[in-house]
Amino acid sequence: MTKTGAQILWECLEREGVTHVFGYPGGAILPAYDALKHSSIHHVLVRHEQGATHMADGYARASGRVGVAVATSGPGATNLVTGIATAMMDSSPVVCITGQVGSKLIGSDAFQETDITGITLPITKHNYLVTHAAELARTIREAFYVARSGRPGPVLVDVTKDAQQSSCEFDWEGAKPQLPGYRPDLSPAPKEYEQALELIHNAKRPVILLGHGAIVSGAMREVRDLAERAGIPVALTLLGLGALPASHPLNLGMMGMHGEAWVNHTIQEADLLIALGMRFDDRVTGNLKTYAPNAKKIHVEIDPAEINKNVKVDVALVGDLREVLREMLPRIESIDRSEWSDVIDQLRGDSAVRDIQNLPDNGHLYAAHVINDLWRETRGGNVVVVTDVGQHQMWEAQYYKHEEPRSLITSGGLGTMGFALPAAIGAKVACPEAEVWVVAGDGGFQMTMSELATIVQENLKINIAIINNGYLGMVRQWQEFFYDRNYQATPLLNPDFAKIAEAYGIRNMTVTERSQVVPAVVSARQHTGPVLMNFKVEQEDTVYPMVAAGAALHEMIRRPNPIVETADDE
Amino acid sequence: MLNTYVVYVENKPGVLTRVASLFRRRAFNIDSLTVGRTEKPEVSRMTITVDADRDQSRRIEANLYKLVNVLLVENITNEPAIVRDLAMIKVAATHEARSHVLELASVFRARVVDVAPESLIIEITGDEDKIDGLLEVLRPYGLLEMVRTGIVAMRRGSKCSTVTAPTNTLAQAAGDDDVQYSV
Repeated sequence: MTKTGAQILWECLEREGVTHVFGYPGGAILPAYDALKHSSIHHVLVRHEQGATHMADGYARASGRVGVAVATSGPGATNLVTGIATAMMDSSPVVCITGQVGSKLIGSDAFQETDITGITLPITKHNYLVTHAAELARTIREAFYVARSGRPGPVLVDVTKDAQQSSCEFDWEGAKPQLPGYRPDLSPAPKEYEQALELIHNAKRPVILLGHGAIVSGAMREVRDLAERAGIPVALTLLGLGALPASHPLNLGMMGMHGEAWVNHTIQEADLLIALGMRFDDRVTGNLKTYAPNAKKIHVEIDPAEINKNVKVDVALVGDLREVLREMLPRIESIDRSEWSDVIDQLRGDSAVRDIQNLPDNGHLYAAHVINDLWRETRGGNVVVVTDVGQHQMWEAQYYKHEEPRSLITSGGLGTMGFALPAAIGAKVACPEAEVWVVAGDGGFQMTMSELATIVQENLKINIAIINNGYLGMVRQWQEFFYDRNYQATPLLNPDFAKIAEAYGIRNMTVTERSQVVPAVVSARQHTGPVLMNFKVEQEDTVYPMVAAGAALHEMIRRPNPIVETADDE
Repeated sequence: MLNTYVVYVENKPGVLTRVASLFRRRAFNIDSLTVGRTEKPEVSRMTITVDADRDQSRRIEANLYKLVNVLLVENITNEPAIVRDLAMIKVAATHEARSHVLELASVFRARVVDVAPESLIIEITGDEDKIDGLLEVLRPYGLLEMVRTGIVAMRRGSKCSTVTAPTNTLAQAAGDDDVQYSV
């Protein structure tokens, strides 16, 4: 059947299971938008194309399905870049469709022409320039396949205006992906399993390091089985949070720069690290020269290029985490490791007293209070928390106890401020039944707050908690520690967030005392529409513990005043 | 140490950029890169030499495989192989010096491919050391211009690389004359 490129585009997206796209129209993508009226796909109009990629990313992370962003050529396409890089760093399956000037005009510096495939080459898993309608079906199929298979990532498809306008025979079945060089399905050799099992069975002080790969692979059950059967405690990366319930007795919590002290000490004293779907980012290892010096290392990872990149490992099992663990589990022997858990308990006992912030209500409002109270109020529900980047992000990771995978969505690798609000929109669109919370700083929120209009236009129930300390808090914290408290360019003069919310017709609340936190959260949850909550917290509060950049993982800056109470006082 | 890779890639627009960009962004320094056709029109072959230690060389291979258009990567550094570089050298050759230059060229089994009153162009094929050697002895006469292809390499013996050739590529399917084959 003969169709235009524009019609083929939407039909291919439908056949790939796409129900929603996030986009912004413009000249070079207009033929596609013209054909949208015949499609069942719901188009979410964003207010800035960066929002479109973050929404597609949030959609993908919340659901595991491929998220789709659409933009025009030139500035529309370049505005996608930050969101694409964010998705790339966190292995999120996103397909971006961009319009391009007519194929005859390419290279002529035509109006709104930009070489977006060139620009995004290093930050996409793969990208395409489509200049003929006949190439479109296969390209879209390949794009989705590449985006979601293996280690997922963003794929960009740049479609020239004439490719959208011209017609050709549409043959979905005949347009099967042809990717002779693409091998996403690798699996370890039998010998490597033997070596890994031997290390696990001989270890006295093993630790599992659990990352995002567990969630992407859907290996939560298998990870839990491994930990329980072999009695191995589990430390998590930021993006791994939720892969093992926070309440699980073997869950130590988050590791790394702002991980709890006992977690980092446990890693440093381990004799075996079992890294599952994580990539030894510098934020979790600290100084590599002093990292887990006495530990053998097993690395289970789908991307062979991650093996021995940062940390040299003894055994590498390259493959899908769930498949690898399923192969291993029947051969895992149950081992009593009470000696090791006693050591960890001792480490924990000391640290819990010193590091957990559960300050008494002294009239001040601390960010940790807000997060912790939010967790207590919403626990047990179908809640997705989407955070921005900075201090509030680390407090969220420390004080919100995630029990479910995909219940925390945050920009880890790229650390993209402005991520939270649009990503939350994507998450809410993907999971309309979920209770979606944005936790953002006053700095990052202002980077993408134009998407408040998208929330209203799409009538989405999203609760927004601004952790407002009047500073770019994490940068201020670094200035405090490493730049003699020289607070250059970190104090913020903020707008009246209440009036901003009002302008969009969004209900707002301002909270300045701890006693108001819970009533505000309760009221926000009861309201049927979106709510913006401005939590005015202590201005110069600091995230502890902290491993300074380049310091050894066990050399943490600890809380200066030991706090007696702990957050484990449920 | 210098590693030599033979890399088979799909013959599609932009593939050279993808490979070059990979080396740049992972901070691996390319010593030499050549690319050309193979016996299969839909496949191009690159010879890449890179200075890398053992771990790095494995990661280079793994990263190359992450490129969707890369079909096969072989590190032939430690395998017996024929390695060739080609150079054309324009050397000053005045009347007095000419016979000396010609003699040197013949010792190196190089060919003279152009003769002008004041200069000669010498073409030499061989491994890099041989070419460097000729350059060294010609230098005193005055090197006016020089161009080298970079190395190409092939394993000795009957062992061949097998590449699963992409069949029915987009270009063929479209049957379009103005589709450009380039990397």
